[in-house]
Amino acid sequence: MTAAAGGAVAVVWPFIDQMNPAADTLALASIEFDLSKVVEGQQVVIKWRGKPVFVRNRTPKEVAAAVKDDSASMKDPQKDAERVKPGHANWLIVGGNCTHLGCVPTFGGGDYGGWFCPCHGSVYDTSGRIRKGPAPKNLVVPDYAFLSDTKVKIG
Amino acid sequence: MSGHSTYEPKTGIERWLDARLPIVRLGYDSFVDYPTPRNLNYWWTFGGILSLCLASQLITGIILVMHYTPSADHAFASVEHIMRDVNYGWLLRYTHANGASMFFIAVYLHMFRGLYYGSYKPPREVLWILGCVIYLLMMATAFMGYVLPWGQMSFHGAVVITNIIGAIPVIGGPILTWLQGGFAVDNATLNRFFSLHYLLPFMIAGVVILHIWALHVVGQNNPTGIDPKSKHDTLPFTPYATVKDGFAMSVFLILFAVFVFYMPNALGHADNYIEANPLVTPSHIVPEWYFLPFYAILRAVPDKVMGVLAMFGAIGVLFALPWLDTSKVRSMRYRPMAKLYFIILLVVCVILGFCGAKLPDDQVIPGLVTGITPLDNDLNSWVWLSRLATAYYFAYFVVIMPLLGLIETPLPTPETIASPALSHPATTPAGATADAEKKG
Repeated sequence: MTAAAGGAVAVVWPFIDQMNPAADTLALASIEFDLSKVVEGQQVVIKWRGKPVFVRNRTPKEVAAAVKDDSASMKDPQKDAERVKPGHANWLIVGGNCTHLGCVPTFGGGDYGGWFCPCHGSVYDTSGRIRKGPAPKNLVVPDYAFLSDTKVKIG
Repeated sequence: MSGHSTYEPKTGIERWLDARLPIVRLGYDSFVDYPTPRNLNYWWTFGGILSLCLASQLITGIILVMHYTPSADHAFASVEHIMRDVNYGWLLRYTHANGASMFFIAVYLHMFRGLYYGSYKPPREVLWILGCVIYLLMMATAFMGYVLPWGQMSFHGAVVITNIIGAIPVIGGPILTWLQGGFAVDNATLNRFFSLHYLLPFMIAGVVILHIWALHVVGQNNPTGIDPKSKHDTLPFTPYATVKDGFAMSVFLILFAVFVFYMPNALGHADNYIEANPLVTPSHIVPEWYFLPFYAILRAVPDKVMGVLAMFGAIGVLFALPWLDTSKVRSMRYRPMAKLYFIILLVVCVILGFCGAKLPDDQVIPGLVTGITPLDNDLNSWVWLSRLATAYYFAYFVVIMPLLGLIETPLPTPETIASPALSHPATTPAGATADAEKKG
């Protein structure tokens, strides 16, 4: 019995696993990005692993608004400082897909000065935190590091 | 298929074949001699129309594949190539794209017919469930087909729908990656959708055969909802049903042609003529019209997992309907209260369709701000309208249908299908006959 079940699984598994990401898809490397191209108040969208990443150079006013809301009631509570790198509070780098169903939120929409997702009306603040609508999580902060003051490596 | 076969092979070759493969007998018993209730109205013609739709989609689809390139780099261009360069390519593609809408128009009428006349009630439960399976397969096929042109709506529609799987706690993420074949919707996703879009219609065809088989075992329901009792209650399929269905198909094809030739893009979305761009989502993303009510239900629930469950539940509840409806009377012609709630359900489904097409926070009544904002949305918003409509949709199936069977006093049903037509109105039970005649 056990042997037969094991055999069946061994036969079926390749047919299931072939749908998983292929080796070349998995091999997608990290990317480097030159921040000097992004002026204050601007957002640049770059493509990483087939998905958009928002690189936003926040104005001091936007940073202040994000910090001020740190203690506001939120679905996915997180401080603004936890979402940026120390000393680089103006740089917000987040995944550009709504955590609801993956649409790309629009920059500058919604009531919180951040993003508005056109698909199902989720609203994110200037820190990319979910404030309103069906999305359950804040915009994801990817793994990244500052190589210098003007250069980041994502992934 | 049901009952005794009356087929008699007339020529030598027919006798020879009948002894080896009685396929002519099967056709004769199913589509010539098959007894149909004599009182079937035009709501009973959509089965034939749906077969026509399936055939049309299969033929145009197989031809379109001869010119289409399933690749993220070339799909969009190859669809434009079909539209501009392939001889009659525009006709084939418009027929296929609008054919999907026609298919859904017909299937919705077919389903509401079943809901009204109690065609899901014993002994037709399996018949009904097979129909629900076909509907599910149709939705999967339509969704994957819509992705293939690789336009903006295609792409972001695929992103949204596949991410629905990601809503499942813990295992959702790995399953999503498995389904997309990568970390985002990309070439791998397009290719597997193409493969499945080609496969599923044949699975539909298979389930359709089971559906027709089950139909021919239990026999057709009819507007009175009572079973045929004698030969007086039925007519042979040919010529009566074939001629009637043929006429209905012709009328339906006129509607189809109006869309294909005069307004081929009326049911589509302009954004899908822009090539897919993963970095920008169209400002107003909506599914095709036939998914709008379910889309409204998805958005009505403020929680992601619950919203997804509600959307699938809206379809799932149809499978359980034969056991949720407790009434002994099949046809709502004799169920005055059920009829009322059914009409409200119809209106609610249309309302849900409208809600699905609107931005959730927009006002239903322009200019009015109630200031009452339960769950963070103003009461005068499409999202609140869809919440109320969603509540009624589920209440109809899980509360109203079970309770109504217990508390409702149905009108008297006629003795036989033929009796209202054959006997004098004065001699039949009050109400039932006259009512039936008016509604027929």
